[in-house]
Amino acid sequence: MIITEKTRTGEYLSTVLKIILQRLALGLLTLFVVSILIFAAVNLLPGDFAQAILGQGATPEAVEAIRRDLGLDQPPITRYFQWLVGAVQGDLGNSFAQANFASFVGADSGNKASVAAQIAPRFWNTMFLAGVTALIAVPFSVLLGILAALYRNSAFDKFANMFTLSSISSPEFFLAYILILFLAVLNPVLPSLSNIYQGMGLGERLEKTLLPALTLTLVVTAHMMRMTRAAIINLLASPYIEMARLKGMSPMRVIVRHALPNALAPIINVVALNLAYLITGVVVVEVVFVYPGIGQLFVDSVKIRDIPVVQACCLIFAAAYILLNLTADIMSIVSNPRLRHPK
Amino acid sequence: MSVWLQIIGVLVACLALGWLLRFAGERVTGGRPFFRDMSLSVAFGYVVAVVVLIWIIWSYYLARTLVAPEVNKYFFFRLAIEGFLLFAAAAWLFRLLGRSVGTAGSKKLFRQMPLTASFGLFTILIYALLAIFAGVIAPHGQEQILQGVAANIPPGGDPAIGGSADYPLGTDQIGRDILSRLIYGAQNTVGIAFATTCLAFFIGGTLGFLAATLGGWLDQILSRTVDVLMAIPSLIFALLLMTIASAWAGSEKGLLTFYMVIIIAVIDSTRVFRLARAVGVNIVVMDYIEAAKLRGEGLTYLIFKEILPNATAPLLAEFGLRFCFVFLTIASLSFLGVGIQPPLADWGTMVRDLAQFINFAAFAPRVASAPLLAAGAIALLTVAVNFVVDWMLHRTTGLKE
Repeated sequence: MIITEKTRTGEYLSTVLKIILQRLALGLLTLFVVSILIFAAVNLLPGDFAQAILGQGATPEAVEAIRRDLGLDQPPITRYFQWLVGAVQGDLGNSFAQANFASFVGADSGNKASVAAQIAPRFWNTMFLAGVTALIAVPFSVLLGILAALYRNSAFDKFANMFTLSSISSPEFFLAYILILFLAVLNPVLPSLSNIYQGMGLGERLEKTLLPALTLTLVVTAHMMRMTRAAIINLLASPYIEMARLKGMSPMRVIVRHALPNALAPIINVVALNLAYLITGVVVVEVVFVYPGIGQLFVDSVKIRDIPVVQACCLIFAAAYILLNLTADIMSIVSNPRLRHPK
Repeated sequence: MSVWLQIIGVLVACLALGWLLRFAGERVTGGRPFFRDMSLSVAFGYVVAVVVLIWIIWSYYLARTLVAPEVNKYFFFRLAIEGFLLFAAAAWLFRLLGRSVGTAGSKKLFRQMPLTASFGLFTILIYALLAIFAGVIAPHGQEQILQGVAANIPPGGDPAIGGSADYPLGTDQIGRDILSRLIYGAQNTVGIAFATTCLAFFIGGTLGFLAATLGGWLDQILSRTVDVLMAIPSLIFALLLMTIASAWAGSEKGLLTFYMVIIIAVIDSTRVFRLARAVGVNIVVMDYIEAAKLRGEGLTYLIFKEILPNATAPLLAEFGLRFCFVFLTIASLSFLGVGIQPPLADWGTMVRDLAQFINFAAFAPRVASAPLLAAGAIALLTVAVNFVVDWMLHRTTGLKE
């Protein structure tokens, strides 16, 4: 039986599509279960939101009124689905702190108090920070990994290994303060506070984002660099690499043309995983630099127990984390040559 | 902007110098293979290394010769260089000591040890001593508000700016000695992290081995639960649960610290579970397990006498890494203000409270060193543990590439 090239491609597409759809469904299911978990965890609170807002000295009537306002008199399952449907439509409920503030001033709580309105601008700020970090960190660490593999066991390799191991094991705030000390206080090159506001020019915005982005780069580089190095070195023992070397190719060319394409799957995988890790790192770094992102909002809300905001931020972080892990998974499937060229 | 242009200029100059070096080397040695086969990037690397080395020596020279206020700029640089050399020397001496004292086995261990690993062991030993004997070493109590001593004495002991020689690192905002709190921090931060890691290993290890030996529905339920728990980033999940715990604990600060230990232990036990199960599954299929089962041994015997001894090496390495992770998580939580609660002294909280002093670094560098000491203490321990784990993995698995 003759198998044409066309049917092969079709076969490949259907296999990959099937796997990707499977993973997507699994990811959605995970997200659904995680949302239940977040909702259930918050409902473990002693008393309820109404008491949390009004404090200990509230009259029963006031508590009752707020409870009715927020729909707390309904069973948890109904409330969960209301929350979920709202969240999917972009309505994440109202912030306690903002509602409190609005009622205190006597203003109409209206649009300002909604969690979505609070999160939206900060979400883009955080995305900007993560984007800048990825743009610096990914090329830098892959290049470093290639160089470390090329000059393996040299002084450069050992130094890079020691340096990255130290930077990955330091807490984010230590790296942040060291960078502030040297690049903002002793040598005023970059601003130490990132007061980003809307309508800021790109250049200025970039300058203010650079220090937090550099800190995050230091945090994620180590893992990516080590994995790139390991993935390439793993391949260097294979016969086809030896062949290329015996042909008289330069070592750099052997690595870039022959080893790198086959090492791409694990590298892409680890890049996506580290971008997922950025999400956790962003929280501390945003607090240090007072960067108006979603991580800072999250920490502030945790401290004042603004439950709807905490829930919403948690859901967003979890969704991004699951999505990036899913991407890592799918990328490594797609870049697997055995799947790309089925027998 | 000009700074960036300067850096680019220096790098381009290095490239030119590298080319020159190769050319000159080839001419002088008459085409030795070392120079002939050197690629431009290698030559560039050599030149950059030399330039950085000269720059470091020159800056250190400036740091030793300049006087205030110019020297302030180099104070931390000098501190870093001297600290690095001091620790390197200490690690070297420690290794030398280990090579000459002890049993034949430990001597052999020290002979094969790289300097990074002996640095790690030495540092861990110091931390352990500090943590155990904190009460003896520290000049004051951790919660003691010193009577008759001003609050907010700046660190450095310089009377010109209000410092005091009795309190080398100054006092905090309510008049407690910062040096004592730094020493007690070793006890609290490291001790709590260690207890949390042990708890995480107890939970995760037990469940993981149970899932591996029993299999079936228990394995399925546990594995899927862990999958879901791991789908939430751990710091985010910890923060969410800490919000709830703080509502439960109310105004009892000690209780909140206890809840934090439980929360982080449970979150981290998922990672331990994964590893313990993976290792356990590989061991369960071995013949000696089959033999033990046929002998009629019970579950406890299987887990503790057959599986555990064969899973020690990977679990021990994981313990080191997990400890680092837990330690960093607790430090981050404390830094964010929801971790270890006052009045317990703790490094993360100290960094947050003292951070504003960093802005004085340009004119009073000693003042800025207090928050960095607390943050550096955290970093030093995790770096040390990582170095030791790296060496252990290298040794036990024979990762020789």
